[in-house]
Amino acid sequence: MKKKGKIRGFTINFMPYSEISGLDSTKRIRKILDVILGNSILILQGRLKPEEETRLIEDTMAMIGHVRDFKGVELAVISGNGSENPIGKFRMGIVNALSGRDLGAITIIGPATIVKEIKRNPKKIELLLNR
Amino acid sequence: MAIKIMANFFRRILSNIFKGKRNIKLGFYGPPNAGKTSLANRICKDFTGEEIGTVSKIPHETRNVQFKEQVEIIYNGKKMTFKMIDTPGIATKIDYEDFMKYKMKKADSKKRAKEATQGVIEAIKWLDDMDVVVVVLDATENPYNQVNITIIGNLAARKIPVLVVANKVDLRKADVKRIEAAFPEYEVVGISARYGKNLEEFYESLFKLAKKV
Repeated sequence: MKKKGKIRGFTINFMPYSEISGLDSTKRIRKILDVILGNSILILQGRLKPEEETRLIEDTMAMIGHVRDFKGVELAVISGNGSENPIGKFRMGIVNALSGRDLGAITIIGPATIVKEIKRNPKKIELLLNR
Repeated sequence: MAIKIMANFFRRILSNIFKGKRNIKLGFYGPPNAGKTSLANRICKDFTGEEIGTVSKIPHETRNVQFKEQVEIIYNGKKMTFKMIDTPGIATKIDYEDFMKYKMKKADSKKRAKEATQGVIEAIKWLDDMDVVVVVLDATENPYNQVNITIIGNLAARKIPVLVVANKVDLRKADVKRIEAAFPEYEVVGISARYGKNLEEFYESLFKLAKKV
């Protein structure tokens, strides 16, 4: 990772849900954390299960102090379901039922060394980066 | 003689059933510095005369899960016994340099950060053991923090009854309505754990919640 306080460059990595849909929870979280450890901000289609979100936090905590300069992650999920019209909601419901996930959602995860804060309200996300 | 033995047997069974129901495991969850320990202390002090843990302005003061057994809360003529479980604040990032801003030495800050990461893991592991949970949020902060959503989402997935407490209503920036809007499916009680404000409403909601167990 880079020196404290200076961003030498980072990438934004878009990941469709199909990239992790066939993986079990352990591999799924490892894949996400691999992206983060590569100094990337991950924008993931869909969202993790609640127990996967806590597992991600646990694994993140376990890495702090063991991975050089790693301070944790900033994480936010924004769900599009609230703004759908009834037909869209129904269609999304079928897609979600088939996939087992809320594919209308977007999950943003970034290393805390790059992402200072993710400010959010129900429909908007702002990424504040470290300088 | 046989009747006496049978009567004793049923008395023991019934008392065990009710004892179990009354000793409810009550967890305090939330992000760091929201006032979990302040609220748990306030309750413990009022009903047992002792506190559960120390509080500090420096985040992650609670770095181990802390307990207080058999806390008998009496409210409005009703009585319930709880096992109080105060948990470390859950965070997604911990930087030892943040502690140095509070004039802590580097070595102490690093130690605190290490203990804090272990505390977060411990708090998450305890989620499965709770009967009811009070999620304590700082009413002056943005409630749409992913940690809050993750904690409440996990409790919902485990079907654990939840009461949301909007703490620090004594502060000017406090906005209980914003928390109510963020979590419309849950009862939200605005309190000040520090000054003991609105605890009557909190106890009423807590008793209602405990009945769901």
